Amino acid sequence: MEYEAVIGLEVHVQLNTRSKMFTRVGTGFGQPPNTLTDPVVLGLPGALPVMNRDAIEKSIKVGLLLGCKIAEVCKWDRKNYFYPDMPKNYQISQFDQPICEGGEVEIEMPGENPAKMGAHRMVELTRIHLEEDVGKLTHYEQDSLVDYNRAGSPLLEIVSEPDMHSPDEVFAYLTSLRNSLVAAGISACDMEKGQLRCDANISVRPKGTTALGTKVEIKNLNTISGVRNGVEYEIRRQIRAIEEGTEIIQETRRWNPEQKYTTPMRTKEMAHDYRYFPDPDLMPVKIDEAWIDRVAKELPEKPFDKQRRYQEEMNLPYSATSSLCGDHLLCAYFEEATALAKSPTKTANWVVNDLLRELSQANKVDEFAEESNEAITPQSCPVSPQSLAELINLIEDGKLTNNVAKELFPEMFATGKTVSDLIKEKGLDQKSDDGEIEGICADAIANDSDAAEKFRGGKEGAINALKGAVMKATRGQANPKVVDETLRRLLS
Amino acid sequence: MSEDAPMDIDYVANLARIELSDEEKTTYQRQLGDVLKYFEKLQELEVDGVEPTAHAFPRHNVWDKDESKQGFSATEALKNAPQSRQDQVVVPKVIEE
Amino acid sequence: MSPDSPIFKTATELSADLTAGKISSVELTRAMIERVETVDEKVHAFLHLDQEDALAQAKASDERRSKGECLSPLDGIPVGLKDVISVKDQPLTAASKILENYRSPYDATVTVKLKEAGAVVAGRLNLDEFAMGSSTENSAYGPTRNPWDLERVPGGSSGGSSAAVAAREVPLSLGSDTGGSIRQPASLCGVVGMKPTYGMVSRYGLAAFASSLDQIGPFSTTVEDAALLLETISGHDPLDSTSFPKDIPSYSGELKNPAQPGVIGLPKEFFGPGMDDEVRAKVDQTIEHYRSLGYQTKEVSLPSTDLSIPVYYVIATAEASSNLARYDGIRYTSRSERAQNAIDVYAKSRGEGFGSEVKRRCLLGAYGLSSGYYDAYYLRAQKARTLIRQDFERVFKEVDAVLTPTAPTPAFKFGEKSEDPISMYLSDIYTISTNLAGLPGISVPCGFTQSGLPVGMQLIGQAFEESKLLNIAHAYDRDHLYGRQAPNL
Repeated sequence: MEYEAVIGLEVHVQLNTRSKMFTRVGTGFGQPPNTLTDPVVLGLPGALPVMNRDAIEKSIKVGLLLGCKIAEVCKWDRKNYFYPDMPKNYQISQFDQPICEGGEVEIEMPGENPAKMGAHRMVELTRIHLEEDVGKLTHYEQDSLVDYNRAGSPLLEIVSEPDMHSPDEVFAYLTSLRNSLVAAGISACDMEKGQLRCDANISVRPKGTTALGTKVEIKNLNTISGVRNGVEYEIRRQIRAIEEGTEIIQETRRWNPEQKYTTPMRTKEMAHDYRYFPDPDLMPVKIDEAWIDRVAKELPEKPFDKQRRYQEEMNLPYSATSSLCGDHLLCAYFEEATALAKSPTKTANWVVNDLLRELSQANKVDEFAEESNEAITPQSCPVSPQSLAELINLIEDGKLTNNVAKELFPEMFATGKTVSDLIKEKGLDQKSDDGEIEGICADAIANDSDAAEKFRGGKEGAINALKGAVMKATRGQANPKVVDETLRRLLS
Repeated sequence: MSEDAPMDIDYVANLARIELSDEEKTTYQRQLGDVLKYFEKLQELEVDGVEPTAHAFPRHNVWDKDESKQGFSATEALKNAPQSRQDQVVVPKVIEE
Repeated sequence: MSPDSPIFKTATELSADLTAGKISSVELTRAMIERVETVDEKVHAFLHLDQEDALAQAKASDERRSKGECLSPLDGIPVGLKDVISVKDQPLTAASKILENYRSPYDATVTVKLKEAGAVVAGRLNLDEFAMGSSTENSAYGPTRNPWDLERVPGGSSGGSSAAVAAREVPLSLGSDTGGSIRQPASLCGVVGMKPTYGMVSRYGLAAFASSLDQIGPFSTTVEDAALLLETISGHDPLDSTSFPKDIPSYSGELKNPAQPGVIGLPKEFFGPGMDDEVRAKVDQTIEHYRSLGYQTKEVSLPSTDLSIPVYYVIATAEASSNLARYDGIRYTSRSERAQNAIDVYAKSRGEGFGSEVKRRCLLGAYGLSSGYYDAYYLRAQKARTLIRQDFERVFKEVDAVLTPTAPTPAFKFGEKSEDPISMYLSDIYTISTNLAGLPGISVPCGFTQSGLPVGMQLIGQAFEESKLLNIAHAYDRDHLYGRQAPNL
């Protein structure tokens, strides 16, 4: 029998606000333990929450970006349960009036090959709500340690409908969601830093049936590949269970990335009586049309819309657009460069091949640095879009060969020098000086009278030997077009 | 409510995470049963169409701008902790729930 | 103790003496410390008194004054705080064993305001554990005794704050009131106690009992002093989202221009059975006095009154069960030594650290919010709360204030009600609906029973009309000044 998996995702995204959701102490990753706390974060007696307006605005932005209905009024509820990473032993969250409802995420499935666009479709969302994050527990042999730096950071929970059916779709969904959120400046969505976390609800049913199977929740899917592998494993486990006639239990399982399997987590039978009630310490949020309109004006172009525009308006090949559009910073760089450069396609190719290669190399080296530096972005890299456009235009104008340009680019990236700086420095000015070229060409003809004769005798190909000699004499710096014209004139 | 559905004292004590002695369980079971019985007049009340009061003087959008301020040092944060190590709070081994 | 001693003076008088140079803050603070050393063994209003810190504050006040830099009328005057209000580097036990070793790393907003006014913030005052109770018998550190009769309770939960003022250990103190926890002990101890409108005084730094009902307020011997302390601690606080943005007038200044006598409402539901005869007689005399001052009185109806106790206990315990979840033996509260794993830490630390009333209310609150019961209890109570609010809204269209007894009886004996939660809950019957409606209420001493126990009357005012309420209360108080009578200790 063939089976179909039904998958829904709960994605938690940390908003990149300066301060926490309900107090104004700073947020951040990688700070020394327990240095981002205050009375509110630690849940000290008497501490009271105060909303972060920016976190609410960012949530509205996400809602608009994903086509959700934005609530006119949303409120805060306490979700009560005891856990050492949660200082108050209740989490301020949104239960029955979330900030956003509905919405969708456009996904693209893999194409036949990397140069071919895959199928697109929409994955439906149930709701998005805002809450506060918990602290971080590290487990040791005998005990556990708690760091509350992360506690209280604004956290957006994006809940999808059970609308995905394969690990590939899950991967595509997460990729698309992440690209959109990063592009909108909501979050860096770095899974390694816990800025994007994901739980999956998975069930399996015979293909063609509509009833849902028993749902299993998978936790600890902490990397994009972890999500793909964990989901894939769990689907196989459930299918095997059905085929072997074993019952699938509704439970929560944990993905073990090292051993690559899921194991059941111990659950108390009452773990889900969260005793939600409206938080009396906070007032509700009212979101009016004017606010929504203002936020809507700041929305970035969605990555897939941008990709379609590049293909349609600039005639860029699919492969280039797919490399560009996964990274909004790269797109911004490309758009700046292409506005100055003569060929959009060449610009795109330079950006996705040469610039991207240099960037990834530069950032790879950084991993070994003592302190983790900020990653180098297209915007912060030494080659400005203007500088790249200059390079491309010199090639287009025949003043620089592609090969030389390819050699110069890494140096531009390493030193921050412009292409004209380097040409001057190295004496690489392409020889277009007619007098000088004419002299060199005349020498070449004199030195290889054999080839000259053959050309005059009608053998077109013989000119190449002469061109080669000229290029050699000029160390490749002569403009090939000028050389060709000069030789033909002198031989006629 | 107390007669037909007595409070499950073990369930509630576990929800509230309070360890109770057997004697306490008996006492609370009885006392809270009485209290719930006293609360029955609430069940008889006609409240259809009445809006709940969450705040005596409701307002909206009480918030701050997103500015970060200096908080506690790790030492201040952990000053009252019953047990700490490496600037973190020590808890007995957490069994994954 | 000489009747001229500064401890028998009001804060207003002491302020004048400090200004006139008749006394220094250090002398005053020393007198206070001496008084605590003499009488607190009997009364047990104090859980902690940092003498060195109090004298250092007094010295700083005297230095300011000598340079002509007096900060406010309260500069140099000691104010005691209920041990649920945070003061940086001082203990905050909430009268619970679970917070035995905790010291607050920050100041509550009211503490900041008192310090900015130059007051000598001195002493941690006893209470029912986590403010849950009406007798101060629920303190883990032993009960406070009523200074008028040491065999009797001072009321609660702010029994330490009321007894400290009644025993003349401090001229002023702060308490917190969730269902009557300022007004009822004020009444039982024969002092003035006021609960402001919800949102007038910041709750930031007040260990929460029931967030939607809690409010900090003053204790004093006169209404005039209450006005002085209230104007110092009131005002909008951006750290408390439920704090109301309102300009605070000089309440004490406005007492000097008394308003025209208005209309006082007498709710018939409050004058039914259950009220002690002597209490009724004193309240009747109070009503007569208002009439003699030209006030009109009018019978009014608050038909939802009988709902107030169940509504209150459902809402307050639900909020409390969640608010007190943070006392868990993990970050700052005492941890049970029997704990083997994290789950154990919670159940055992809380089982050992909480007293019986706190446990009872946390259980009740968790039950009322639990799956399947939320609609029947919490949601229903919130709806009934709306009816109670509407009752008052209707009544205040016709009257300027509502007058009731503060408590159904004078101070009762230790142990009299502690085994029967419901009879204890009923001692808040007259004060609870004020909290549910968010309104200001003040208890003013209105005489003594034949056996010499104080009786208090309560005036309930319109929301945010503290000035008017204080004015009406002052009209009675200045003619009687029962709060200035001190017990023999």
